[in-house]
Amino acid sequence: MSMFSQNPLMNGPNYSFSETPRVGAPEGAREHRFDPYTDNGGSTLAIAGADFTIMAGDTRLTSGYSINSRFHRKVFKIGGTTTDQHDAHLVLSVVGFAADGEALMERVDAMCKMYRYRHGRPISVKACAQRLSTILYNKRFFPYYAYAILGGLDEEGKGAVYSYDPVGSYEREQCRAGGAAASLIMPFLDNQVNFKNQFIPGSGEGHALQERERRPLTRQEVEVLVKDAFDGAVERHIEVGDGLQMMVITNKGIEEIILPLKRD
Amino acid sequence: MDHRPQAWGRPRDDVYGAYDGSYLNHGGPKNATQSPVVTGTSVIALKFKDGVVMAADNLASYGSLARFTDVKRLHTFHNTTILGYGGDVSDMQFLSRLILQIELHQDYELEQLPDIKAQRGQEVMQANNLFTFLKKQMYHCRNHFDPLWNQILIAGFDDERKPFLSSVDLRGTSFSAPSLATGFGAALAQPIMRKYADTEEQAAKLTREEAVEIVKECMKVLFYRDARSLDRYSIAVVTKDGIDLKENEQLEKQSWAFAERIKGYGTQTV
Amino acid sequence: MFRNNYDNDSVTFSPQGRIFQVEYAAEAVKQGSVVVGIASKTHAVLVAIKRNAEELSSYQKKLFPIDEHVGIAIAGLTSDARVLSNFMKQQCLGHRLSYGRNMPIRNMVDQIGSKAQNNTQHYGKRPYGVGLLIAGVDNTGPHLFEFQPSGMTEEMQAFAIGARSQMARTYLEKHLESFLDSSREELISHGLKALKESLVQDRELTVENTSIGVVGYVRNEEGTSYKVEPFTLYDGQDVSEFLEKVSDANEGGGAATAEEAAAPEGDSMEVDS
Repeated sequence: MSMFSQNPLMNGPNYSFSETPRVGAPEGAREHRFDPYTDNGGSTLAIAGADFTIMAGDTRLTSGYSINSRFHRKVFKIGGTTTDQHDAHLVLSVVGFAADGEALMERVDAMCKMYRYRHGRPISVKACAQRLSTILYNKRFFPYYAYAILGGLDEEGKGAVYSYDPVGSYEREQCRAGGAAASLIMPFLDNQVNFKNQFIPGSGEGHALQERERRPLTRQEVEVLVKDAFDGAVERHIEVGDGLQMMVITNKGIEEIILPLKRD
Repeated sequence: MDHRPQAWGRPRDDVYGAYDGSYLNHGGPKNATQSPVVTGTSVIALKFKDGVVMAADNLASYGSLARFTDVKRLHTFHNTTILGYGGDVSDMQFLSRLILQIELHQDYELEQLPDIKAQRGQEVMQANNLFTFLKKQMYHCRNHFDPLWNQILIAGFDDERKPFLSSVDLRGTSFSAPSLATGFGAALAQPIMRKYADTEEQAAKLTREEAVEIVKECMKVLFYRDARSLDRYSIAVVTKDGIDLKENEQLEKQSWAFAERIKGYGTQTV
Repeated sequence: MFRNNYDNDSVTFSPQGRIFQVEYAAEAVKQGSVVVGIASKTHAVLVAIKRNAEELSSYQKKLFPIDEHVGIAIAGLTSDARVLSNFMKQQCLGHRLSYGRNMPIRNMVDQIGSKAQNNTQHYGKRPYGVGLLIAGVDNTGPHLFEFQPSGMTEEMQAFAIGARSQMARTYLEKHLESFLDSSREELISHGLKALKESLVQDRELTVENTSIGVVGYVRNEEGTSYKVEPFTLYDGQDVSEFLEKVSDANEGGGAATAEEAAAPEGDSMEVDS
């Protein structure tokens, strides 16, 4: 048995779908119950800048070892008035169980539309973030199995990223990775966005070492960072690949960029 | 001895034990499908230049028993959309009735349209609309722990009159791709189809004849290797002119020569 | 003293076979300021006169966007209209979620029709005191519908409801032939001219009191598919360019139907004694 397992229950490499051996099941007894969840793999990423936010996700959709689709979006414009969302101002990414993710996205979008209809103006990211949390929490006993990230520009025009767990805990952050390769991408972001573990060379010994000062990244820098993060994830995670979908939110609107990723 | 009339002709408890009436009791407030019973195997579909081709065999299995050998698993909607069902056959029939209702309702609505409007030839519901409806239906049922145990492929045209092909399963998970296959087809047919149409661009270059040929080849491979399959199958092609559905095709030019080379199973000791 | 014994509720017929509460509700529509709607092959427009209760108050809204492909114009009780508007909004959102498309207009109109009819057949309910013009596009092209408190709905090529709307309808009847092939701008101009016909003497269309709503159906080059030009509302300064096109300076004739303008309004209804 493999000694490299990351999970005590499992042997060998670790995938996000269940390979867990049944423990404690009586010999020969097999119970077949409907499992309403699956994991469709994939990964998402969001970074907030000084006056922009970039949301990204790969476009692969898997179940088990199968690739169901090489082009399936998990990053969505929401809160626009029309089907093509040309005037949307928020972006929601969902990863995990695709059906739940999309149902959640449609609910949030409908909620944003009702807000605009009732108040005559688009919803703020802050308000939408709070509402999204409530929506998730209300279904905590049968959760949307989706890791959501909401992006937009706040009241001051600064980039805003809100990240969630499936039952509605949320916080505003500078950056966040979600999904299958979150554990691969997040440390990279800590280092490259928040400059964690970066010190000024020769500034001292041991604890006297001075941390590198944080500065806001430019849009170009972030776009490169996102591509690098996904290229790395694609190498190391089988459920990530095929295409990269990026949404850049600025005060001029939302721009969508599609880039190729490795398809192996 | 129990001489009461209601006990007449019944097995005696002292001989056979108390009657086990547990199967009459429902396990909770409702008894939802907890596993499929009579099932259909793979459905495969491939987009081409001006339409989509889809195929599925005519078998409905009861476990490993080839129970019904003349079950049509490709259905049509308004002569514009094809639905291919894999999985539980009774759930397929339920969905089929549901969709028939929609079809009739819409025919009635079309009938009511003033002539000038009807002449525009605008079908009320396109493949993508029916797909969204089915997706919601499947997801709704899974939310109530009463899943419709199917994976369904839907082929036709979207609002912009481009070829459309999507899949939805018992959990409401949906996706689309230039080629799709359910069940065993995902492992056996999909690689063959992707060889010819890995991307939308490649699929848009395939001719109808090529696409049909590829799909027929896939059906053959499936019959060779899928134990729950049949050599009688249905194949349907949807184009802007309508649907060409053949429900009683026979696999041709089979060659089982490869079977001789298979070793390592059963009692053979070579 | 006359006293009408058959108008206490909307479930009792008069011996003449009338339901007075429903007819009174129709009167409420005539109290509302005028709204005009016209449909062509490519567009449907709504234009409306907004009223203000007094000089210092703001103008009451007359046009409401429902969904990307539909908008309504109202004449009568605004609060009743809001109930219907909310209902239609919900229906459209629901339909989009279920079918991934714009709700067919006739479908939606039928729903509010049934909803309104329901109020005329149950004791203790009251009919909606509002009439609507519904303009929208769907798979089958642009549509204009009329809705009345009785639950009656009907598809129209062009129509006007509200106070003094007869003059606007006369204008529309006169120009009926030209509507089908009118462009977007021509259609708006026709709407505004019809609206003008219904104005009280020495009142004018201004940027303050005029609202315009347009929704369109744009076909692609091959004519195989279409795109929705979303329902757009023009209010305030946005309407000035449209008003300029129909200002009297640019027009030859004017109020030709002065006689009809004098037609008695709120003509006393025949009432059972």
